[in-house]
Amino acid sequence: MAYDVQQIRAQFPILNQEIHGRPLVYLDNAATAQKPLRVIEAISDYYLRYNANVHRGVHTLSQRATDAMEGVRESVRAHINAREVAEVIFTRGITDSINIVASGMTTLVEKGQNIVITALEHHSNIVPWQMLCQRTGAELRYFPMNENGELVLNQIDTLIDENTALVAFNHISNALGTINPVEQLLRKAQQVGAWTLVDGAQSGPHAKVDVQEWGVDFFTLSSHKMYGPTGLGVLYGRRERLEELPPHQGGGEMIATVSMEESTYADIPHKFEAGTPHIEGVIGFGAALDFINEVGVEAIAEHEHMLLEYALERTRVIDGFKVIGDTKHKASVLSFLVEGTHPYDLGVLLDQQGVAVRTGQHCTQPIMDAFCIAGTARASFACYNTKEDVDHFVAALEKSVSMLR
Amino acid sequence: MTVNTISERQRALVEEFDFFDNWMDKYNYIIELARALPLLPEEEKSEDQLVQGCQSKVWLKAEKKGDHVLFKADADAIIAKGIVALLVEVFNDQPAAEVAKADLEFLKEIGLQDHLSPTRANGLMSMVKQMKYYALAYAG
Repeated sequence: MAYDVQQIRAQFPILNQEIHGRPLVYLDNAATAQKPLRVIEAISDYYLRYNANVHRGVHTLSQRATDAMEGVRESVRAHINAREVAEVIFTRGITDSINIVASGMTTLVEKGQNIVITALEHHSNIVPWQMLCQRTGAELRYFPMNENGELVLNQIDTLIDENTALVAFNHISNALGTINPVEQLLRKAQQVGAWTLVDGAQSGPHAKVDVQEWGVDFFTLSSHKMYGPTGLGVLYGRRERLEELPPHQGGGEMIATVSMEESTYADIPHKFEAGTPHIEGVIGFGAALDFINEVGVEAIAEHEHMLLEYALERTRVIDGFKVIGDTKHKASVLSFLVEGTHPYDLGVLLDQQGVAVRTGQHCTQPIMDAFCIAGTARASFACYNTKEDVDHFVAALEKSVSMLR
Repeated sequence: MTVNTISERQRALVEEFDFFDNWMDKYNYIIELARALPLLPEEEKSEDQLVQGCQSKVWLKAEKKGDHVLFKADADAIIAKGIVALLVEVFNDQPAAEVAKADLEFLKEIGLQDHLSPTRANGLMSMVKQMKYYALAYAG
């Protein structure tokens, strides 16, 4: 079946508006994706018809809300092919997901051990590990990258050793779009018995992931980057790991028994879900997953790749245009600079022409430092973008550059 | 040599901006102001001259001349430089005491304050604050 981008666009009411008198061209999808109508409707339907607290009510509304929420847990399980539904934990977002693992590992890691990350990480996959190392005395190591923004793995056998407690890295770089060699890194980590965490912030909306095939211990997803609501993330964890990991927060929902002296904890996933969960978020995310599955992740990825190729071809002719992170294996992220212009200025003038891009460091200061730049402008594509969007973007960019030079 | 008062200079800028009916043209004008602002030599762009709270790098230097204050500024992004140039245009070589207590009504009148995103508006306010600190120190 041919990819009908107009039919997809029609499901996103927000796209149909003007910004500063020009049609909106939304190219900040790596920061957050827009929401299809069915996600918005699923949330209002929940509040209009079955809002209730989950998991503990005997009444009908509570049962309906619980069923809806647990149904989404199953959708997530199926989406990433986890072995069992209890391995899917709902969190506040990927930052929260990673912090759950990092703070839980405090009592499991000791001085003399090391944590290995990469030079391509988002701050949320750097800082929690720095904090873990400060608490435990463990050493933080990282894989460097080359001038194309690709990881350099020739030190893999010395960086990952028998003292490595955990190896954590992203599947796809948010700042550059680089697709990392997940399997090679996982294989090495598994050889030495290290725990593994793959950050799927950018893979969720663009790539099919099978956590069992990877054999990864932890994997993260972000609802709002996958056409779902904000404030919700997923932490997938293999049962053995989640059982070993102490809970990071105490409270309701996460306990089995409580006395004034001590408490016993609930089984996974509830052990890691203290407090009333983000019920509306989970329900909205369920609708977003349905949307993604209906269109097909592979079809979306193919469409976005076509847009990236087209954008690369169109921007190549702009004098002084430079792609940052010019790698062969790349998701639909175009991070760039134009000689003689500052990315902030480009961002402001593009916005004046209705084009939304991200400017700055993209929460990846170490990457920008490695390239010796203050930041980039970044256009990132999603399922609803069109070749006309790229044309508008290129025309607006040319106009901006001519004003700035 | 000061020919105009702070409020006269503000008035002149408001009149300039009145010519433009869209922000692309206003930005064009802001960019022209940036180009007209003398460059700050590299050695004067030190860390301690950086205005805190701006998204891009903005350097601001002040100098006392009698009871007046002279301002020089630069920025790595040209729109930020144009914005600081607006402030220099209004405050440069004015009595320090006047700068310290001046009301910058023109920022509202030309619509800049409302137009900028909250983070950028904060950056603008940081520039103003920094200039007033210098003025206050010199006026004292």
